[in-house]
Amino acid sequence: MENRIFVQDLTWKPSEQKKPVLDHIKACIEQGGFYGILGPNGSGKTSFLRHLLCYLPIEEGSICLEEKELSAYSRKELALQFSHVPQNTNVDASFSVYDIIMMGRSPYQKRFGGITKEDKEKVENAMKLMHCENLKDKAITTLSGGEAQRVIAARAIAQDTPYLFLDEPISHLDIRYQIELMEALKVLNEEQKTTIIAVLHDINMAAKYCKQILLMKDGKVFAAGKTEEVLTVENLEAVYEIPFFESVHPFTNTPYFIPQ
Amino acid sequence: MEIRKDSAFWHLAWLIPLLILCMLISLSVGASSLSVVDSLRIMLAKIPFLRKVVDISDIRTAYITIVWQVRLPRIIMSALVGGGLAMVGASFQGLFRNPLADPHILGVSSGAAAGATIAMLSGITLSIGGLSAVGIFAFIGALVTVFSVYRIACVGNKVAVTNILLTGTAISSMLSAVISLLMSLNHDDIEKVYMWTLGSFSAATWKKILFLVIAIVAGGIILLVFAKELDLIATGEETAASLGVDTAVVKRSIIIAASLLVAACVSVSGIIGFVGLVIPHCIRFFCGPKHSRLLPLCMVGGAIFMVICDTISRTLIAPSEIPVGVVTALFGAPYFIVLLQRNKRKAGY
Repeated sequence: MENRIFVQDLTWKPSEQKKPVLDHIKACIEQGGFYGILGPNGSGKTSFLRHLLCYLPIEEGSICLEEKELSAYSRKELALQFSHVPQNTNVDASFSVYDIIMMGRSPYQKRFGGITKEDKEKVENAMKLMHCENLKDKAITTLSGGEAQRVIAARAIAQDTPYLFLDEPISHLDIRYQIELMEALKVLNEEQKTTIIAVLHDINMAAKYCKQILLMKDGKVFAAGKTEEVLTVENLEAVYEIPFFESVHPFTNTPYFIPQ
Repeated sequence: MEIRKDSAFWHLAWLIPLLILCMLISLSVGASSLSVVDSLRIMLAKIPFLRKVVDISDIRTAYITIVWQVRLPRIIMSALVGGGLAMVGASFQGLFRNPLADPHILGVSSGAAAGATIAMLSGITLSIGGLSAVGIFAFIGALVTVFSVYRIACVGNKVAVTNILLTGTAISSMLSAVISLLMSLNHDDIEKVYMWTLGSFSAATWKKILFLVIAIVAGGIILLVFAKELDLIATGEETAASLGVDTAVVKRSIIIAASLLVAACVSVSGIIGFVGLVIPHCIRFFCGPKHSRLLPLCMVGGAIFMVICDTISRTLIAPSEIPVGVVTALFGAPYFIVLLQRNKRKAGY
């Protein structure tokens, strides 16, 4: 049990707030998993992710990667382990799409070193996977929200890390690209054993693709475990506080949840 | 290394000759005008190996003195200041992800102005390394101000961009008020202080240039070293962090290097606006936002712009001078607006 992220009693209460945003979170992210983090708005999903990515200092509790505290890693070391597709993929600097994706390779590059053949291959590969080869020479500032999201996802894929974090990666995508992105994540997960950790709002997407689910409510982990065990009508009704109806997806035979 | 068509080298290959040409033309014009060829000969005659080949005995020694002791230091100083300010502007725009950022945004220049005002009004006379009391006070004032702004904006060991920009603006306004107050209490010196704040290169000397070169080389190297990190930070601070950049360290280093550079520029020339804001945008229009290209090209582009502006400032209504800060905005702004109109969709940082 070495390659995993182990979260122990992670608690975070910003000084100006009464209630903790994260309240004694316990979680274990095994390498090779495909995790979906679900929960209503304000349940602490993004804050949890930001702690995992070390954007916020850990105030209480601990997060360990391979038995070592996250804070013991340098930024560079972390960049070789974790990549991130943020919620907001808006970039105001007018870099070309190719340059943006190439930035995913920067943890591997020396300060004054050039671009290696491997860098180029990884970037080409990521572009193919995210269908953004045709955007290659465009400025990122001229893209639509969905196109930008695909480009940022491609950058994270080019970063080629064992763990890939995504914060609502499909929120700006049309239904076809939603499926394609999830399929691409599935390919990465199966072929390269990349651990996927995705904050999702679409329960049915999660049911279809995720192997494990972390269901959050009020800064706590409400339920965690295998998808079929966590995604139940009772759990969803308790978390979202609206009635659900469970059906079966006609194509995949996975559970399909319909809110009232 | 493969030289791509859009690399910095390709643009430098025409910008540097253009800069040299501008400097030669600037050397030639003025109250006593020379031909460009003559000023080129005066220059070449100083180079050890060419001294014997180039004969300048036909040029009056007064002209040679004017070129060497008056015009050349002035032109080199304007080029250095222009280039330095443009480079800092580009770095700040990327670092703060704000197209309106300029070298003065952290309060450097109002700090310098406050220092200079105190020196002028108190009538202190001292001189270190070619700098007069005004220059020394300006330099110290600039550094003290930036340091205070940075400390005030710091929360823990982190500096939020909006925090530091707003703190800088607030401290700048406060210092401007102090300067206005000092001026209103000392009516006789109003003109002196006011003219200083508009900027001028008329007091250029070789000693000041040496001081400036040291600051610009040191600051410029640090900025260039962080070119890649600046690219990443320009796309977002958390993104940069997730790509392995220690943003706190990079931010601090860039702010320190840039502030030293600007403080040196302002202390020898006064406050010259517009160059640091606009030249980076102009350069980005044709070479894109990559800082490894942008910074060296800004250095040369800012130098060209400032040499032209200073030449206009000292010749247009000769023997009087127009403050160079007036020229940069008066002639630069319309040009920039035209560029902006043409490149509407490409503006960014």
